[in-house]
Amino acid sequence: MFKQITAAEAAAMIAPHSRLAIGGFLAVGAPEGLIDAIVATGTKDLHIIVIASDWEDRGIGKLVVNHQVKSAQVSHLGTNREIQAQMNSGEVAIELVPQGTLMERVRAYGAGLGGILTPTGIGTVVEEDKQIISIEGKDFILEPAIPSDFALVRAWKADRCGNLIFRKTARNSNPIMAMAGRITIAEVDEIVECGEIDPEHVVTPGVFVNYIVVREEVKNG
Amino acid sequence: MDKRAMIGARIAKELKDGDYVNLGIGLPTEAVNHIPEGVHVTFQSENGIMGTGPKPAEGMEDEDMINAGGGYITALKGASFFDSALSFAIIRGGHVDVTVLGALQVDQHGNLANWIIPGKLVPGMGGAMDLVTGAKKVIVAMEHLDKKGNSKVLKQCTLPLTAKGLLSLIVTDMAVMEVTPQGLLLREVTEGFTVEDVVRATEAELVIPSHLLDKD
Repeated sequence: MFKQITAAEAAAMIAPHSRLAIGGFLAVGAPEGLIDAIVATGTKDLHIIVIASDWEDRGIGKLVVNHQVKSAQVSHLGTNREIQAQMNSGEVAIELVPQGTLMERVRAYGAGLGGILTPTGIGTVVEEDKQIISIEGKDFILEPAIPSDFALVRAWKADRCGNLIFRKTARNSNPIMAMAGRITIAEVDEIVECGEIDPEHVVTPGVFVNYIVVREEVKNG
Repeated sequence: MDKRAMIGARIAKELKDGDYVNLGIGLPTEAVNHIPEGVHVTFQSENGIMGTGPKPAEGMEDEDMINAGGGYITALKGASFFDSALSFAIIRGGHVDVTVLGALQVDQHGNLANWIIPGKLVPGMGGAMDLVTGAKKVIVAMEHLDKKGNSKVLKQCTLPLTAKGLLSLIVTDMAVMEVTPQGLLLREVTEGFTVEDVVRATEAELVIPSHLLDKD
């Protein structure tokens, strides 16, 4: 069962060199309150696993601007000049991963799998130094699971049993990241009683959720 | 009609009633404005919605409702929301009928390059590699020449590929070209251009059907 904590308490659990799987797509559905709390701690040398590097002042871009990110597995950097500059200067090590592959690799870790086979990237630089496996005559790249220490996700509501529902396109990578953290922390608008979320509507079952932070007014939210 | 609208209008003609369609950011979205009457298509945005609707009226934007380009959208009746893994299962699993993407370069082998200019521009591939790999039909929407006047339709892409040999159709401001086992087939020449103009603007070898030659 989850424990309710503050964003500052959540951020204090995260040590340097932690691997963070963070939900959101171009900062929509990003756990901005948790990110702000990590910015406040200044914890460095983080490894982040995200769909996109968002903007300098929104989403995980704030961690980059504060020089807290050492490496990232990410599919898109186009909206964040700072991360591109830090990549070019060698400050941040980037592994660019096709978005669908990134999601399945994270999901695989949460699902106890060692990796996945995908056709995405065949014939491109993505396949370099990777094992190609042929199934029924079609080539697939063996892509390993992506481990993470913490999953930081943004949900709309939780119930007291930890079940999560999401809002519109703010769902995006959040349910996947939520599966994959050894410790999963969800930032929500509110916590309702068990039973108030219809079991048919639960997207992320509470079994995945370790801590919940109720969102306060956040900067740039 | 300006260049971009013209490309959008031509691409819209490729969409069939009932198709599930994913449009890339930028030029490809022009197609939305030209869907022929009686043709009903459903648009996916890979951040997690099937059934995107038009831009909301000013003041009606919902911060949790964006498309993959970050623009505000609405959801049509019958739309669905899903997580990113499911979204790419739809894409990779061959459930999207048509995807339309922009390109830096294409070539006569059906290769596409649109995610990196090494040393200069590294936006990343985002969902492009999955879309090109999974969609049943891959259409490129782009201008025929780059800003310096160089052909973007090449014998062989020089930039790192997004996918190998998976393009179906290339629609530019000058021509429509189809990737076939025989090579890059010139299907149409835009009004105002001649076959000769297209050949001159194309580094790739074009297969030119006789009816187009006769027209000149």
